[in-house]
Amino acid sequence: MTLTADDVKKIAYLARLGIDQQDVESYTKDLSGMLELMTQMSETNTDGVLPMAHPMDQSQRLRVDEVTEQDNRNNFQAIAPQVEEGLYLVPKVIE
Amino acid sequence: MHNKSIKELASGLRSGEFSSVELTQAFLARIKQHQSLNCFISVTEDLALQAAKLADHRIATGNADLLTGIPIAQKDIFCTQGIKTTCGSKMLDNFIAPYNATVVEKLNDVGAVMLGKLNMDEFAMGSSNETSYYGVVRNPWQTDSVPGGSSGGSAAAIAARLSVCATGTDTGGSIRQPAALCGITGLKPTYGRVSRYGMIAYASSLDQGGPMARSAEDTAILMQAMAGFDPKDSSSVDMPVPDYQAGLGVDLKGLTIGLPKEFFGDGLSGNVAAVIEKAIQEYQKMGAVVKEVSMPNLKLAIPAYYVIAPAECSANLSRFDGVRFGYRCENPQDLTDLYTRSRGEAFGKEVKRRILMGTYALSAGYYDAYYIKAQKIRRLISEDFKKTLAEVDVIMGPVTPSTAFGIGEKMGNPIEMYLSDIYTIAINLAGLPAMSIPAGFAEGKPVGLQVIGNYFTEDRLLNIAHQYQQVTDWHQRSPKGFE
Repeated sequence: MTLTADDVKKIAYLARLGIDQQDVESYTKDLSGMLELMTQMSETNTDGVLPMAHPMDQSQRLRVDEVTEQDNRNNFQAIAPQVEEGLYLVPKVIE
Repeated sequence: MHNKSIKELASGLRSGEFSSVELTQAFLARIKQHQSLNCFISVTEDLALQAAKLADHRIATGNADLLTGIPIAQKDIFCTQGIKTTCGSKMLDNFIAPYNATVVEKLNDVGAVMLGKLNMDEFAMGSSNETSYYGVVRNPWQTDSVPGGSSGGSAAAIAARLSVCATGTDTGGSIRQPAALCGITGLKPTYGRVSRYGMIAYASSLDQGGPMARSAEDTAILMQAMAGFDPKDSSSVDMPVPDYQAGLGVDLKGLTIGLPKEFFGDGLSGNVAAVIEKAIQEYQKMGAVVKEVSMPNLKLAIPAYYVIAPAECSANLSRFDGVRFGYRCENPQDLTDLYTRSRGEAFGKEVKRRILMGTYALSAGYYDAYYIKAQKIRRLISEDFKKTLAEVDVIMGPVTPSTAFGIGEKMGNPIEMYLSDIYTIAINLAGLPAMSIPAGFAEGKPVGLQVIGNYFTEDRLLNIAHQYQQVTDWHQRSPKGFE
C-alpha cells in the first residue's frame, strides 16, 4: 500500500498538524515504507484472536466520588500562552 | 568518588569521609567538564546544593535512606515542579511543570539529590537521541557514535560518571537499548510496576519508567525507591514491592535459560553474537541450563508496534494544541491555524511522522486493517512469551543487533532506525520486565545482554544480573577520558 502526497496532506489536516510543503514528499515516502512493513501482519491469520489493548487485561479501578485534588487553576494558568480572568484565550471562533 | 557504588557512597557519607555537598559539587564539576557530551538539558545546580545540604542534615540525624545525599538525574520526561520539563521538544521549551511526577516525588522523599534533567529523543520517539530539540548526545565510548535512545542522556551520563544513577523510560527499548550501547545496567520493569503519573505520555499501554545505573546492585536500590502502587496512575498495579537488595544473593544453579532462535538469526552482527554467546556460557558455568526455544510471532513485533505506538501517540499528543501550555505560534489567524501552526512549528520530524502514521491507522476505513490487526498480533506475541516462560525461567538474547552506530548514520532512513529495536519492542507489547546487562565489547564499543522474565519478577532479573556481575567486571569499565 502506498500513499500519495494528497493522502499525506489529508492526514496532516485530520491531525491539525502543519507540515512544510517541501517535506510532503519525504513523509509520503516514509509513511509508505512503514505501511509496506505492516503488510507482513496481513500474512498471519488472526481469525478468532482477541485484540489485546493492554498488557495487564485489567479493568479500570474505581474510587469513591470525593474531591481529592486542590484547586490548581492559578498554577496551571501561570504557564498558559494567553489567559484572562481565569479563561484560556484563543482566536475568535464565533463572530 | 565518581566510581563508587551507592552503598560505598552511602557509607562514606555516614562515616564523614565526604559530605553530600562535596559529592554533589564533584559531580556538578564533572558535568561542566564534559558538557560536550550534551547529556543534560538543564543542570539544577542551586537546587542540587540545597538538597545536598538537607541530605547532610538527614544523615547527621540518623534519618537517612541509602539514596539520601546520592546524586542522581532525571530523564526530562518526568515533570519536576518549578523546573523546566521539555521532553526533548521545542513544544515544551517554555514549560515549567506545575507538579512533580510520582517518581520524582519518591526520589525527593528519600533525599536523593537531583543534579538536573537529562537529554532524550523528542517525546521519547527515537533510538539514537538524535531527534532531541536540544541536539544529539555523544556516546562516551566513542564520541562520534550515538548513545542510543530515547534515554540517551541517562545512559551516557552514567557511563561518563556524570551521575551515579538515573531514571529512564522504556516504550519500545528506550532504557535497554541506550544502556546496552553505553555499557551500563538498565531495567525495564513490568508494565504497571512504576507509576506513570507525571511521566509525559508517548504510548500509554507501553510506557514504563525504570532505573538505570552502572551495576545491578545500584539498579536494585534505585528500583526500590521508584516502584510501587500509585492511585494517581490508573494502570498502576497494587502489589507489594519485594526487597530487591535482599534478593541479590541467590545462586543460579538449575536456572533454565531460553534462547529464542529468532534472536540469533539474520540481522544480528557476528561480533555481538559472539559476546552474547560468551555471556551465556558464563551463566552455564554458574549452573544454569540452556534450552533453545522458538517464538514464531516475534518477527511481527516491529510492524505491530509501529501501528500501536503511533496510534496511541497521535491521541496523547493531541493535548499539545497551543492553548493551555507549551508553544503557541505567532499571530494565529483562527483556531485551526492556531492548532496547525503551533504543532507544525514545534514538533520535530520524527514526532510528526508518528502522529501522521497513528492518525492514519486510526482513521475511518483503516482502523480494522491496521489498529485492530496490530492488537491481535500483540496478543499472539504475548502468547508466545507466555508459552515460553512456562518452559523456562528467563529468556536471554542480545539487546541490539549491532553496537552503537555513527551519529547521522541512520537519520535518513527511519525504517532502518526502527529495526535497531528489533529485540526489545516485543517485550513492551507483552508488558514484561527485562534488563540490559553489560556483557563485553565489540570493536571497543559496549554490548548488552538482554534478560527477560515473567511478570513482576524484577527481583529475579536483578539477581541474575548481579550474579553475573560478581564474576565479570564489564559493568565497572570506564570509557577512556572519563575514568
